[in-house]
Amino acid sequence: MNERVPVLKTYKLFIGGEFPRSESGRSYTLKDNRGRALANICQGSRKDFRNAVVAAREAQSGWAGRSGYNRGQILYRLGELVEGRRDQFVAELKQQGSSIVEARKEVDRTIDRIIYFAGWADKYQQLFSTVNPAASPHFVFSVPEPTGVVALIAPEQSGLLGLVSLLCPIILGGNTVVALVSESKPLSAITFSEVLAAGDVPHGVVNILTGFRSELLEHIAGHMDVNAIVYAGGKPEESKLIQQQASLNVKRVIFPKTDSWPSESAESPYFIMDTQEVKTTWHPIGL
Amino acid sequence: MSTTTASLPLDWTYAPAPEKADPNISERYDLFINGEFVPSSDAQYRRIIIPSRETFLCEVAEAGKPDIDRAVRAARSAYSKIWSKMPPRERGKYIFRIARLLQERAREMAVAESLNGGKPIRESRDTDIPLSVAHFFYYAGWADKLIYAFPGARARALGVCGQVIPWNFPLLMAAWKIAPALATGNTVVLKPAETTPVTALKLAEIIRDADLPPGVVNIVPGGRSTGQLLVEHPDVDKIAFTGSTAVGKWIMKALAGTRKKYTLELGGKAANIIFEDAAIDQAVEGIINAIFFNQGHVCCAGSRLLVQEGIADTVISKLKKRMETLILGDPLDKNTDVGAINSKEQLDKIERYLQVGQEEGAEMWQPTCPVPEKGFWCRPTLFTNVSQSHRITQEEIFGPVLSIQTFRTAEEAIEKANNTPYGLSGGVWTDKGAKIFKVTRQVKAGVMWANTFNKFDPSSPFGGYKESGMGREGGWHGLMPYVELESL
Repeated sequence: MNERVPVLKTYKLFIGGEFPRSESGRSYTLKDNRGRALANICQGSRKDFRNAVVAAREAQSGWAGRSGYNRGQILYRLGELVEGRRDQFVAELKQQGSSIVEARKEVDRTIDRIIYFAGWADKYQQLFSTVNPAASPHFVFSVPEPTGVVALIAPEQSGLLGLVSLLCPIILGGNTVVALVSESKPLSAITFSEVLAAGDVPHGVVNILTGFRSELLEHIAGHMDVNAIVYAGGKPEESKLIQQQASLNVKRVIFPKTDSWPSESAESPYFIMDTQEVKTTWHPIGL
Repeated sequence: MSTTTASLPLDWTYAPAPEKADPNISERYDLFINGEFVPSSDAQYRRIIIPSRETFLCEVAEAGKPDIDRAVRAARSAYSKIWSKMPPRERGKYIFRIARLLQERAREMAVAESLNGGKPIRESRDTDIPLSVAHFFYYAGWADKLIYAFPGARARALGVCGQVIPWNFPLLMAAWKIAPALATGNTVVLKPAETTPVTALKLAEIIRDADLPPGVVNIVPGGRSTGQLLVEHPDVDKIAFTGSTAVGKWIMKALAGTRKKYTLELGGKAANIIFEDAAIDQAVEGIINAIFFNQGHVCCAGSRLLVQEGIADTVISKLKKRMETLILGDPLDKNTDVGAINSKEQLDKIERYLQVGQEEGAEMWQPTCPVPEKGFWCRPTLFTNVSQSHRITQEEIFGPVLSIQTFRTAEEAIEKANNTPYGLSGGVWTDKGAKIFKVTRQVKAGVMWANTFNKFDPSSPFGGYKESGMGREGGWHGLMPYVELESL
């Protein structure tokens, strides 16, 4: 009986670069398919969400001020770090019910997707910018700029790949994000937040909450300092609630066009534009 | 200039120069549905008045539920049977035709616009009508070039677009809405504003004369309830709205739970930032144009002036001097700078704000210009001693009213500029290029004018951040809201 007792992992929220428990002190127990307790997961509260928005807002202008080149490098490094933790991600996906083949595939795709999007960080601006041939003597150009703070309601079924596929186009464009991750498959998202903390993504750029969508959604969609909400929950009644609440401050509401996360349909520079604004600047030409 | 000439008793009164062209306005207009003018189902007509005279202009049919149903049916049928099957090049040629016919009737259109809306003929003649033409011309050319517009994707039309437009630029807003929708292969049901349907209905005549297939464009005048019917119609695929933020929010709510796409171009409270190193006289002219263009009935109007402390007194006194020379009066007079307020309702709203501004402690100043007895008029107005929390600083007035605040550093100016739920436009005046880029990058607004203001072009995207709306109109970016992108 000298077998070593493993140290169990505590899963927590990720807000402003720190790992707090829910301020509410609440948690729920995640179980595997056989009904055995896997972990206690923080049941994030509305207050946790508000705190995360404060952190995201604080980080936004600094992040947007980084060069696209720099944001691309930071994302690339994130890919490297996930690669290094491959086994852990695979193990957690297995715990959450994936087969070993599925789990390996999901982690591989996740890494590749991060690398794919990392490469866009200093290119989408050229693709979506214009110099406008105005008829008057003015130099007029239009460039994309980040929308600001984005709330992401991550897909329920694709706890890692779905989350990362939606997260990357948001942050590479200079937005900061508060993500509410899969309720039933939260483990890989939380481990992903540890990767974020270990990498070079500035504190507050990505904030990860676990908790109950049914409880938080109305509040998230109605928050007055959130500029956009990406919803991948796929439930019509929730979509409706989000749009109603979003009207309070004219939030941009984005329903991702794909739910086939492994496929290439989840990769497109047009997804970056979902959380970009276009700014047009005019200046006279003359002396 | 020597003091002797400056003290001469100059008489600045101009002789009247009225534009006399016949605007060709009918006594009565019906709805334009499926290529023809038809009476509304309940034969209701709204009296349209000339705001500068408070006299009758014409009467216009008011679309009710059966009419909206009919218009949407016509648009749907035109979409599926004709427009979506037409080769893009032919589609484009129809839009070119509209541009040309509009150009040919530009002069009467300008008179009609000024009569119905109250804006100076100089503006309708030099801005509204030529820009409307240019917009059709610009998007006509896109129709057969969409395969080059979106690399790696195929652009598909959305279907039937319901479009609701405001009263401040009646024809121009119709052009902004219709041209990109048609170029991308959609069909249209457009509702002009309650008080200003005339040029849209004249455009309907042009569309008819252009032989556009029936139902591709339908124009259904009416008030708010008509707009509501269109927004809520189940067979409309997309809503494009320009108007107030309050109505925009209502539209978002009304569309919740539907699959309809929408774009919104809403209110604004633009900051016009003038630095000490600006070319002051040029800037003063720009400030005047920013807020008094179209009586300030402009969502992107520079209604907040942020002036750097050291030049505040100079700028304000120069502004007052310039405002004294503004000619307010008959919109059809070619010398007029400031026309009539569009409606009694809008005048009441502006006057309430003038009241509120004074009650909150700001100092109001107006030039001494005479005001015609009949019609709706508001003298160009500025407020000093204004704080950030004043309602006249925070809320959109949509009239010729300028709030003036001061600042010391660029950071302070940027912070004040961004301290509003709106984000449509902004201005910066300085001789320093680096400062221009610092400020224009940090002000959260969709259009930034540097050393100029209120410039528009069909090739140039327009639209807001934050509560000023979403989506862009104009340019390549203006195609995006009217298509669905499918990956190749």
